[in-house]
Amino acid sequence: MASLARRRATDYTVKAISIGFAGLSLVLLAWIIWTLLSRGLPALGPHVFTRITLPPGAGGGLLNAIVGSLIQIGMALVIGTPIGLMCGTFLAENGRGTHIGNVVRFVNDVLLSAPSILIGLFVYQLLVVPFGGFSGWAGVVALAILVIPVVVRTTEDMLALVPIGLREAAFALGAPQWKVVTMITWRAARAGITTGILLALARAAGETAPLLFTSLGNNGWSLNLNAPMASLPIAIYQYAASPFEDWVALAWAGALLITAGVLALNIVSRLVLAKMK
Amino acid sequence: MNFAPETSIDIASAVNRATAPSTEAKLKVEKLNFYYGDNHALKNINFDIPEKRVTAMIGPSGCGKSTLLRIFNRMYQLYPGQRAEGSILFDGINLLGKELDSTIVRSRIGMVFQKPTPFPMSIYDNIAFGVRLHESLSKAQMDERVEWCLRKAAIWEETKDRLHTSALGMSGGQQQRLCIARTIAVRPEVILLDEPTSALDPISTSKIEDLIDELKQEFTIVIVTHNMQQAARCADITSFFYLGELIEVGPSAEIFTNPREARTRDYITGRFG
Repeated sequence: MASLARRRATDYTVKAISIGFAGLSLVLLAWIIWTLLSRGLPALGPHVFTRITLPPGAGGGLLNAIVGSLIQIGMALVIGTPIGLMCGTFLAENGRGTHIGNVVRFVNDVLLSAPSILIGLFVYQLLVVPFGGFSGWAGVVALAILVIPVVVRTTEDMLALVPIGLREAAFALGAPQWKVVTMITWRAARAGITTGILLALARAAGETAPLLFTSLGNNGWSLNLNAPMASLPIAIYQYAASPFEDWVALAWAGALLITAGVLALNIVSRLVLAKMK
Repeated sequence: MNFAPETSIDIASAVNRATAPSTEAKLKVEKLNFYYGDNHALKNINFDIPEKRVTAMIGPSGCGKSTLLRIFNRMYQLYPGQRAEGSILFDGINLLGKELDSTIVRSRIGMVFQKPTPFPMSIYDNIAFGVRLHESLSKAQMDERVEWCLRKAAIWEETKDRLHTSALGMSGGQQQRLCIARTIAVRPEVILLDEPTSALDPISTSKIEDLIDELKQEFTIVIVTHNMQQAARCADITSFFYLGELIEVGPSAEIFTNPREARTRDYITGRFG
């Protein structure tokens, strides 16, 4: 009986510690969100979305940064998604157990965990130095390189969940492999693949380091991908470190926008997954 | 059953297959050996599958019966390391050779699997998918084909009002009949059934057995089953496999009442397996 009492005591203790730490992480998260909301919300206003960067005190906004981010992330997805999708499909459908498959998977895992600043430096050497200047395209390529490994990994994992029997059933009807892949396995895994693309988008949206060396940022209005281009993370970085009160407020507004965007993406991807199930 | 008189002739020819090969053989297996890597899974199989009959393959797990079934539609070629030697003549053409493309072989020799495998799309599209691979039909022709094969698979009444809803919402028995309908829709000559009822309840099973009886009027059917009553009920010809060898083949009535081989007798009376 004494041992039962001791086991109960251990159970309570471990439970209390677990709940305590779970609570602590929730408190930290709530604190971050509270800080963001309390500083970001007052700074939000129509001018944030309608005006570009102006000198301190002139009532500038984030329009150039928001549009720059949307363009660069959008282009990065357009470039990165097909490459990632194809590569993930190769790994799942043809690369299992083959030498080349294992090499590609290993390289992809390395890329997945590579510090994003290295990717920025790589693109700097590849596109900025030889072409004589920072450009939106360089930012796009850097973000695309961030997107690819996430899409590769989720695509492979999601395709691996599709039962072999489903593929065999399609082959048994006389379907060639490309039709089995595009019409059956992709379709069966589409919710998971879509989620992976949304998560890659969320990752790319919050990155500053790869853009510092590539698209640099731009205080003016520019839609030219051959010239330096503004982006939200860079604007936050630049404004937050400035001594001007209204610029710091804009940094908070930008941080709130990115967080809200990433949160929305995560919620949408969860809804997509839940709906498919 | 206007083919009843032919049945007895066919059984007789099947019995004498070793000396006088049946001219009605749809599939003619000759000196077939099969390997999973180094594992010699089928050993020198010689075997005729008569046209428009039901041929059952029975035997304990791992005896090679499903392996043989998967050679008939070249499923094994999807997996490197699996290889077949010998020949299987299908209307005189060697299935194992390079004369026929796998997609053609599989459109003429269809297969239904142990577990129902509906595609994640509507009932209608499940059927249209296979048909579109080989034919381009107008909308009206496709509608007609879908109805035709669903009627053949005895599932039309249950599905006609929900053709455009997801096939994943059907019961297991309905899904399996849909898979049979989908296979028939391509209009193959041979249908391979790999333990088609082992995942189903008794009522669905008896529906599928009735269906097999109907289908043999038009199709040559080969069924792998662990259920000996099922083989006795459905099959005209039964073959018994053991450890990669074909032990005995003959009319089902004979195999189940008076087998020639002691091993066959031991298996069907439940002494092993």
